[in-house]
Amino acid sequence: MPELTYREAVRDALSQAMRGDDRIFMMGEDIAEMGGSMGVTTGMVAEFGSERIRNTPISEIAIVGAGIGAAIQGMLPVVEIMYEDFLTISMEQLVNQAAKHRTMSGGQIKVPLTVRTQGGAGWSPGAQHAQQLESWFVHVPGLKVVFASTPEDVRGLLWSSIYDPNPVIFFEHRTLYPIKGEVPDEIVPIPLGKARVHLEGTDVTVIATGRLVHESLRAAEEAEQDGISVEVVDPRTLSPLDSETLIASVRKTTRCVTAHEAVVQGGFGAELAAVIQHGAFDYLDAPIERVGAQFAPLAFAPVMENFCVPHAANVLAAIHRTLARA
Amino acid sequence: MAPVAQVPATDSGEKSRASAGTLSDKRLRELFREMLLIRRFEEKVEERFRAGDLPGFLHVAIGQEAVASGVCEALEPDDVIASTHRAHAHTIAKGTPVNAIMAEMYGKNEGCSQGYGGSMHLYDVARGNMGANAVVGGGLPQIAGAALAFKLRKEPRVAVAFFGDGATNTGAFHESMNLAQLWKLPVLFVLENNGWAESTPATQQLPLAVEEMGQRAAAYGMTAMEVDGQDLEAVVEATRSARDHAVSGLGPVFMNVRTYRFTGHYVGDPQVYRDKSEVRQLRETQDPLELLRARLGMTGEEFERIDADVMAEVDGSVAFAQAGTDPDPQDALKWVYAEGSMEHGSKEPLSTEPRA
Ligand SMILES: Cc1ncc(C[n+]2csc(CCOP(=O)(O)OP(=O)(O)O)c2C)c(N)n1
Ligand SMILES: [Mg+2]
Repeated sequence: MPELTYREAVRDALSQAMRGDDRIFMMGEDIAEMGGSMGVTTGMVAEFGSERIRNTPISEIAIVGAGIGAAIQGMLPVVEIMYEDFLTISMEQLVNQAAKHRTMSGGQIKVPLTVRTQGGAGWSPGAQHAQQLESWFVHVPGLKVVFASTPEDVRGLLWSSIYDPNPVIFFEHRTLYPIKGEVPDEIVPIPLGKARVHLEGTDVTVIATGRLVHESLRAAEEAEQDGISVEVVDPRTLSPLDSETLIASVRKTTRCVTAHEAVVQGGFGAELAAVIQHGAFDYLDAPIERVGAQFAPLAFAPVMENFCVPHAANVLAAIHRTLARA
Repeated sequence: MAPVAQVPATDSGEKSRASAGTLSDKRLRELFREMLLIRRFEEKVEERFRAGDLPGFLHVAIGQEAVASGVCEALEPDDVIASTHRAHAHTIAKGTPVNAIMAEMYGKNEGCSQGYGGSMHLYDVARGNMGANAVVGGGLPQIAGAALAFKLRKEPRVAVAFFGDGATNTGAFHESMNLAQLWKLPVLFVLENNGWAESTPATQQLPLAVEEMGQRAAAYGMTAMEVDGQDLEAVVEATRSARDHAVSGLGPVFMNVRTYRFTGHYVGDPQVYRDKSEVRQLRETQDPLELLRARLGMTGEEFERIDADVMAEVDGSVAFAQAGTDPDPQDALKWVYAEGSMEHGSKEPLSTEPRA
């Protein structure tokens, strides 16, 4: 099995899809010669040309809106929003347009648009370049929401997102781009709406997304030193959610921690907690613990940023809290 | 700066309305009938709304009929449009039968959006109507995207955005104009410049005079046209030359179409913000139907005959709609997501499906 970085895995999915399918093109800021601000699309303009790898003006409304229009007219556009913080500018097109055309038209329209974006803390950019806003989109019927945490997952999920007939908001995490992982020789599409059990355990389930999948796996290792068996599950697709796998896991372990980098209040962990308490109420031996960022715009100074966002230690503490209950 | 094409002259007054005349007499009479159909349809909509028959939020385009009919007359069947909250006229002009539109107003399965859309979300994708938008400016970037798809596939089609003067103040408008000109996309930006955004007159929302709105295009280096929107033939001629320009790869065209809204912003609007005499005067001097009728030298008898025919069609649409079937309440959940996959390598040209 070859090894790819998360960044290379994204590029591989894009390139392989584009090679065999003229409907796919990309647009975004600085994605051509520069390869995007994260270097994800490096080399692609040389292979596919500037008609299909399109640098755009700084126009987040038009980037997403033009993607929608092209998708309605039979293309499979993949648009890149440089930082997910800037999705705020595209919000109208995503929420009122992409998500609603199909229903408002009585099923006449499909919007097979993929919106790739990235974000996340850990590099002190300050409050406008490091948010995690995925939970906003989970609230919108008509959108699908994906957040991949490994090279294998990001490649297989991106492929499925490109070919999904619905608009998909595809979140990548900035700090994951350099991580390496084994991937299958051929791209294996990962169906949207399927969770992945990263680690099996019996005492507590940690449901984690994005960077926190890796932090949770580290926390699980440490917990094991204390004889605690942790199950780590990544939903991978936030909407639609594989609640079945999550509920089954918690019914088995009887305890649950949710973990994401986004702020706790109104975060995706709240949705997970509701799903779990409803589906596994009689099995729970402790209140569900939520791990996430502090409720503050992210401060610049590294010590403050580091304090605000969660790490393995926060997950471990939450694991211990659930186990402290008899 | 790009040339500002003056096709045709925009000076108000009867002189400029002696239009070029490439449309046959027969075709002009058909278009007169279509404009009258729009007028009578919308009057009926007002009536049924006031009678408590119609739910929702309705906006009519009475006074603006020549814009919808004139623009759509100059388009090819494969060209696409995006409409606005004031959608009935565009939808009729793009070819959707009034039965399907009236049924939509009544929220019936037989409606052009199967009862999911309503007055502000009329769709007819098979006829090139990508949908009406209740978010001012919301459809513009998507029209740029549709045009991009045509350009990438080298299809000789144009995408047409209808929007009002109020919409020219949105970011979506400016980003779409900029992108379309940058990429030379085959877009027609049709500004239906009625000088009002709800209750706010042009003087309170536009930094330019209504006649100067072409300058917004000049700012992007885009070709602009000044068009008398009360003159059907002028609108057709202008749109034809705009379409030729766009489809030949020269880039988008901005059409500043001067027009007038004879009614309130929405059905039921008491119009406290403008003088009753202003509306009366507009109806007397700027009615596109009266102007075309005079141009055609139409007799009272001929008019009565067309009107009776049109009224029968409109009344028929009400009967059709009232006899329509109500959606099952739980069908509200039916179209949230599309099933299946777009399949790698598929050569399926369009993602749009004919209505079930
Ligand atoms: C983004 C947005 N803001 C406000 C509104 C409320 N609204 C609906 S129509 C309208 C006026 C639009 O004026 P214009 O674009 O000139 O179109 P007209 O009504 O004159 O046809 C407003 C403010 C809206 N629908 N969308
Ligand atoms: Mg207006």
